[in-house]
Amino acid sequence: MRSRLILWVPLALFAFFAGLAGYMLTQDKDQFVESTMIGRPLPDFALDPAFEGLPGAAKADFGGEPKLLNIWASWCTPCIAEAPQLDALKAQGAQIIGIAIRDRPEDVARFLARYGNPYTRIGSDPISEVQLGIGSSGVPETFVIDGKGVIRYQHIGDIRPDDVPMLLAELEKAR
Amino acid sequence: MIAEIGLAALWLAAALAVLQMVSGVFALRAAEGEINPLAIYARPAAVVQAALAVLAFVMLLYAFAVTDLSIKLVASNSHSMKPFIYKITGTWGNHEGSMLLWVGVLALSGGMLAAFERRLPERTMGATLAVQGFVALGFYAFLLLSSNPFERLPVPAAEGSGLNPLLQDIGLAIHPPTLYAGYVGLSVAFSLAMGALLTREVNPAFARVMRPWVLGAWVLLTFGITAGSYWAYYELGWGGWWFWDPVENASLMPWLAATALMHSVSVLAARDALRTWTIMLGVLAFSMSMLGTFLVRSGVLTSVHAFAVDPERGAFILGLLGLYIGGAFTIFALRAGAVAEGKRFAVTSREGALVFNNVMLSAILAIVLLGTLYPLLTEAFDVRVSVGPPYFNPAAAIFAIPMFLVMAVGPLLRWRSDKPARIQFEMLLIAALVIGVIALVSFFGSYPFLPLLGLGLAAALGVAAFLPLRGRKLTRVPVATWGMVFAHFGVAVALFGMACEGAFSQERLAAVAPGGTEQIGDFAVTLESVAPVAGPNWTAIEARLAVRQDGGEPVMLNPQARSFWSPPQSTSESALLTKWNGQLYAVIGNQAEDGRWQIRLWWKPFVTFIWYGGLLIALGGILAIAGRVRVDLKRRVAVEKGAQRRADLDGLGGVPAPVPAE
Amino acid sequence: MIRALAALLIALLALPALAQDTMPPAPYAYNQLDDPRLEAEASALMHTLRCLKCQSQSIADSDAPMAGDMRHQVRARILAGESPDQIRSWLIERYGDYVSYEPEVSSTTWPLFAVPVLVILVVGGVLARRLGKRRDDVGERA
Repeated sequence: MRSRLILWVPLALFAFFAGLAGYMLTQDKDQFVESTMIGRPLPDFALDPAFEGLPGAAKADFGGEPKLLNIWASWCTPCIAEAPQLDALKAQGAQIIGIAIRDRPEDVARFLARYGNPYTRIGSDPISEVQLGIGSSGVPETFVIDGKGVIRYQHIGDIRPDDVPMLLAELEKAR
Repeated sequence: MIAEIGLAALWLAAALAVLQMVSGVFALRAAEGEINPLAIYARPAAVVQAALAVLAFVMLLYAFAVTDLSIKLVASNSHSMKPFIYKITGTWGNHEGSMLLWVGVLALSGGMLAAFERRLPERTMGATLAVQGFVALGFYAFLLLSSNPFERLPVPAAEGSGLNPLLQDIGLAIHPPTLYAGYVGLSVAFSLAMGALLTREVNPAFARVMRPWVLGAWVLLTFGITAGSYWAYYELGWGGWWFWDPVENASLMPWLAATALMHSVSVLAARDALRTWTIMLGVLAFSMSMLGTFLVRSGVLTSVHAFAVDPERGAFILGLLGLYIGGAFTIFALRAGAVAEGKRFAVTSREGALVFNNVMLSAILAIVLLGTLYPLLTEAFDVRVSVGPPYFNPAAAIFAIPMFLVMAVGPLLRWRSDKPARIQFEMLLIAALVIGVIALVSFFGSYPFLPLLGLGLAAALGVAAFLPLRGRKLTRVPVATWGMVFAHFGVAVALFGMACEGAFSQERLAAVAPGGTEQIGDFAVTLESVAPVAGPNWTAIEARLAVRQDGGEPVMLNPQARSFWSPPQSTSESALLTKWNGQLYAVIGNQAEDGRWQIRLWWKPFVTFIWYGGLLIALGGILAIAGRVRVDLKRRVAVEKGAQRRADLDGLGGVPAPVPAE
Repeated sequence: MIRALAALLIALLALPALAQDTMPPAPYAYNQLDDPRLEAEASALMHTLRCLKCQSQSIADSDAPMAGDMRHQVRARILAGESPDQIRSWLIERYGDYVSYEPEVSSTTWPLFAVPVLVILVVGGVLARRLGKRRDDVGERA
């Protein structure tokens, strides 16, 4: 009897795999790597200004009101797409600190002149050091940082118009 | 017209697959000795179907050769300015074309089986052809319903969008066709196993029919994996030859199952043992090749190796997988209990060693399967993990090391029962080699544990591979035995290459100004100049590297960084200097702001032995096929002659002739 | 005309390629550490870290800019005296188990280690069943 049961083992294993694979086919493939730093403080950093127009960014700048930390770059196409939404966020009172990844001052200035400047500060991260430090794996990404410098929320990819109220709500939650 | 002929041929072939299936079922249901009038169509249907499927493939080949841009597949995967060889190989450098190649080979092997195989009982043959037709039908449906390679564009494209530059390489001409042929050869083994299981004809005669198919598939898989590994090694530009990437694992798993199957079918043929086990492995080997197809094309796992993925097609393949493999395992569970147990044997016997190693191979297969699928399992719970070399290497080694040790002594044992004391000398020799080599190498430096062990095992295996020839007259050793010796020696050679690459590789990454020299191993590499060059569909910057070994005459190496414009993509073309004892691997990277160039150099001692070993293993398989086929033919001729003589003697009314020796 | 169209097409297709930065790589992205022992440590670690922007490649096998920046982090931290394990856990803290090809025993990865043990047990069982008890009845059913 026992040997009979053993003969069914391959079928059972296969059925388990087929069920799993079938389920996964119906799921959207998650392309993003989420940061596991949510709920933890920002690492210490102090970045030079990304161009002459605005001061650089440091951990010390995240105090008082909750702020948005926007990881972006002038060479990144989705960053162009999210520029109007950043302006809308700024218009509704959000303070946005930018970190420009692997970027040049002249390119940053040109990008801001063309697509608008929603930032209060922009730090330059030429070797993605801060980006790696907060668990970000691409551009653009937007983090909500509370008044104590703790990361509260991560938005991956460009900000769409429907994301604006959600980010404002996250800022409110972080208060 | 070309596309329409191809499409019509495919539909006709699908119809014939139905006929083959139905007719095969009638043959299966016929009583012993009775010939069902409907059963006679199975064989001709398989043969004609093969011709039609091959015709369809040739039509697509032609469309790619002339870059017929009215066909969607050609327009989206080819380009009129691509070199001719890549136009041809581009036929299977995409999903639809490679599936058509797969189906073409499937039908061709089914046709060959139907045309030439006369040894099996008709009922078993009928069942086998029915299964083969059923499998083929599923793939025809897949092609025709979801991946039609002959689809026309409403308006012909002005220009094609080109082939992924990584695929524009001679590797594409060799690696996929051999691998597919190997996968498909396993489908014949699967059909035969199912046929034998359905008719309960699991016996040595059946094993002798199955063996050449398994051996052939295994040779092709070995060769395909070896070629693929070398291709990835020189094309990806970082000197890695095996990444434990899901797509690589997808090709390794059928190979592991086929290796086990090949040994088990030999035991069944020679000793009438391991009946259920052989059937199980026959089903498993084909499941693994279908599973590979599913993983590679559905996109459920991410891989570095380029493949167009599509969840909808993934669902179709999963459906086929469920039908064939689920069905096969169900029949297996219902029927295998009824297959009489084969002959018995002792632990210390040739069979015992083979069983041990088959179990080890299956365990390695289980580990690879687990590591490959585990990320899929955790993603179902929204957790993402990565499983890579640091897991696979030691986990596989747990089972590979005892396997290699048993592999060294197994061929020295006698069938059925043997005494360990008889091969005492050989065992001591093997142990001495393992320990001696490890001690010697550790004396010269400290190296990681697994490569070190690999060196010891490689030395022992290399010697042990030839021990079965000891005391035998070499001219009288059967060809198939030579095949085994070569294949086992090939394993030692490949293991040696892997261990050397792991233990002794040297790496030099540097920013070099023109005129500057870097030292790696015994080589002084001077960057003489960097110049732009142009190819048929790319431009590149090319470094001129002068390589001097111990101050000798310089040899030029010209690695390139290529930019293709259709599709726009860059690749780095490594330059290799092959010596008998290793390879110098050179890559050019970007230019730094100060004008220096990033140069990457590796000296990889004996790395080529990995692929020489793979080729030796494949050669061993070819020798084994040649030897078996020769013996089979001889036997057939002897039987015919005997029958003829008996008939003559009967005619003369003389005494009965002695039965010809087997 | 056709040529102009083709040029336009190429220009359009080339657009995504513009979405690459032109910055030079970080100092240690493509340069080795001077101390061969430290470089060996760094290299071994890099082969077991996953490039986050690539399709299943380690950062030691990738030309992606982010892989270069991660290599820089690894080498710079090794040079600063951190151990490979510290750097690995620093990255896991930020990206989860996904970033490491070397799974550690945890609540999400224990089956990776339990199953091989199970396989060893099953293998032992199968071998004992197939080989063990046959010792005395060899040749009984020739």
